[in-house]
Amino acid sequence: MSQHLAAEINSVLSALILLSAFGLLVQRRIYGLLHIFAWQGVFLSISTAVVGYSAGLHHLYISAILTLALKVFALPYILYVLIHKLKIKKEVEDVVNVPTTMLIGIALVIFSYHLTAPIRELSTLVTRSTLAVALATVMLGLLMMITRKKAVTQIIGFLALENGLFFAATSATYGMPLVVELGVALDILIAAFIFGIFFFQIRTTFDSLDLKEMEKLKEED
Amino acid sequence: MKAFWMPQSGMGEMTLIVLLVASLVAAVILAFVGDRKIAPAINILGSAATFVASVFLALEVYTGGPMITASGYFFVDAFNVYLSVLTAFVSMTTAIFSRRYMRREREKGKVGRAGMRFYHAMFQLFIFAMLLALLTNNVGILWISMELATLSTVLLVSLYRTPPAVEAAWKYFILCGVGIAQALFGTVLLYFAAERVFGAGSAALLWTNLSQSADKLEPTVLSLAFVFFMVGYGTKVGLVPLHNWLPDAHSEGPTPISAVLSGLLLNVALYALVRCKVLVDGATGSHKAGYIMMVFGTVSILVAAFTILRQKDVKRMFAYSSIEHMGIATFAFGLGGPVATFGALLHMLVHSLTKSSIFFTVGYASQMHSTQDMASIRGLIRGNPFVGWGLMAGVMAIVGMPPFGVFTSEFLILTAAMKDAPVFAVFFLVGLAIAFAGLFRKVIPMVFGPAPDYQVKIRAAHTPVLVHMVIILILGLYLPVFLSDWFHAASKLLVK
Repeated sequence: MSQHLAAEINSVLSALILLSAFGLLVQRRIYGLLHIFAWQGVFLSISTAVVGYSAGLHHLYISAILTLALKVFALPYILYVLIHKLKIKKEVEDVVNVPTTMLIGIALVIFSYHLTAPIRELSTLVTRSTLAVALATVMLGLLMMITRKKAVTQIIGFLALENGLFFAATSATYGMPLVVELGVALDILIAAFIFGIFFFQIRTTFDSLDLKEMEKLKEED
Repeated sequence: MKAFWMPQSGMGEMTLIVLLVASLVAAVILAFVGDRKIAPAINILGSAATFVASVFLALEVYTGGPMITASGYFFVDAFNVYLSVLTAFVSMTTAIFSRRYMRREREKGKVGRAGMRFYHAMFQLFIFAMLLALLTNNVGILWISMELATLSTVLLVSLYRTPPAVEAAWKYFILCGVGIAQALFGTVLLYFAAERVFGAGSAALLWTNLSQSADKLEPTVLSLAFVFFMVGYGTKVGLVPLHNWLPDAHSEGPTPISAVLSGLLLNVALYALVRCKVLVDGATGSHKAGYIMMVFGTVSILVAAFTILRQKDVKRMFAYSSIEHMGIATFAFGLGGPVATFGALLHMLVHSLTKSSIFFTVGYASQMHSTQDMASIRGLIRGNPFVGWGLMAGVMAIVGMPPFGVFTSEFLILTAAMKDAPVFAVFFLVGLAIAFAGLFRKVIPMVFGPAPDYQVKIRAAHTPVLVHMVIILILGLYLPVFLSDWFHAASKLLVK
């Protein structure tokens, strides 16, 4: 595979990752969110493998497989089981102000491109233009966490944000050292168990997974 | 450039391994032991073993100089070794404190069997995560262990399962998770810059390598990376406006956890931030990162001081006081220069000891009155003179009254600020004065006056509070030579 082709493929994949980030932002159904999240993982994994192939770096295959296992199978499965057990699959969330959210999202993408412009010039990698997309994915994940009011959707936003970070690691550099990537993956896995426990704790203490209930702790005026 | 550490092997490496493994082993044992009578004893023993190992490690570093072991993965110098000893020490005294405290909470039915098992195991895992963060040489592993430190304490904050506790823990989980994700982005950017100098691989994330050739790193990338480090680790330090999780987590979690969160975790996060700042300063050759830290620090001091005035919950109030003090230390590190850095290092030490001691006494006070509401806590000295005077002494120390150690460190920082940044010094002083007034106004009615009839007598463990207060008093009167040597060595490392 030529460098040029690898760069082309990666651009397409980064566009798909960005698209799925926008999809997460406005998807109302919980299973729909899970599907988009899993697809984002697929794109991420392929992109990592392509970078690994074109650069001849074998440790990137490991992280591609890791991404595939964790982001495409394990995490969506854990979430699926939780949603099933907590019987919230029918719940549909009101996403207020889709156009405004989209516009803010677009502004964030432009901001990311602007922010990473000086760095992009420095990179010699085939993936050099994708750092902005990675940062944008992080920002969109943040935006999703701000706009959503359900525990499950916030967590999906958080995981999408992590996807953005992972993408940054492969697009800005040829992946972080393996020790670090394994550690990060372990942390995410632990986090998955913790939010699983959390969902049950929130459900039993508040009778709902709606975070609107959780606004008691604040400074009194 | 010649390496500034001595490659060491043998004893040093062994001590390091024992230090790290002790808490991990204790965590595993405690997970199996569960809610038995022996569990608190194992908890204390594990922390004590960690503390002894940390002292040995400190002795080796003191005599043999900084060392780098395990093929570069661990690096011990004056800066992190003193924080490791501090971490191990406070975790030990907290374990002693928590034995009776948690037993009473258990008797009251606030925690169940599973909760106690979880509490002990996670306490040790938390200590392990912090020690790993302190001792690792790899900036990536530093991030991983910071995240692990968050994850291990999240479910401890929600241990009581009350609605506010669950809400506080969720906030802590989400805000710190998002915050620390930003720090990972910073780490990726740092690696991106370092890879061009060192080539791909772990070598490009080793702090010792990075700090040696920091001037070769691309300044634009590092400036951007610092913004992410600042937001990321700054969230964990509890700097305003990223502090929202902190008062909730401190007030709703069990008191021993408040003590270690305030006394240790904030320090470790600040340590991570300072390590990153050194690299950024080296790369950019400017004082930009320092200014950012000074602004964040000053804003934290002021906002926390004003918020202290409005508090009703005693643990919440002291949580804001922690934000204030972390602001002071961040400000001082940002100021730079040998005097301010020396002051900041001392401040981290004395704040940690004072604040954990305060939380111990506050824990007793709230158990005596079955509430954390300051309006209902009255007449502590009548009810339990030790708790009353302990709290009073702790508060006198924390507001910076001589002869306690906090006075010394704040005085040093203020002197440096007057000289280098007089405008900031004004805000700094105003913040200190407001916090002083606010804390005294709230604490004096709690300590003095007649005891209310709903107050119950409890047996307090004297050792933790007493030991902490004596050390703070000694540090205020006289700084031991080994400590000032350490701080000098550490400030040389941090001030280029």
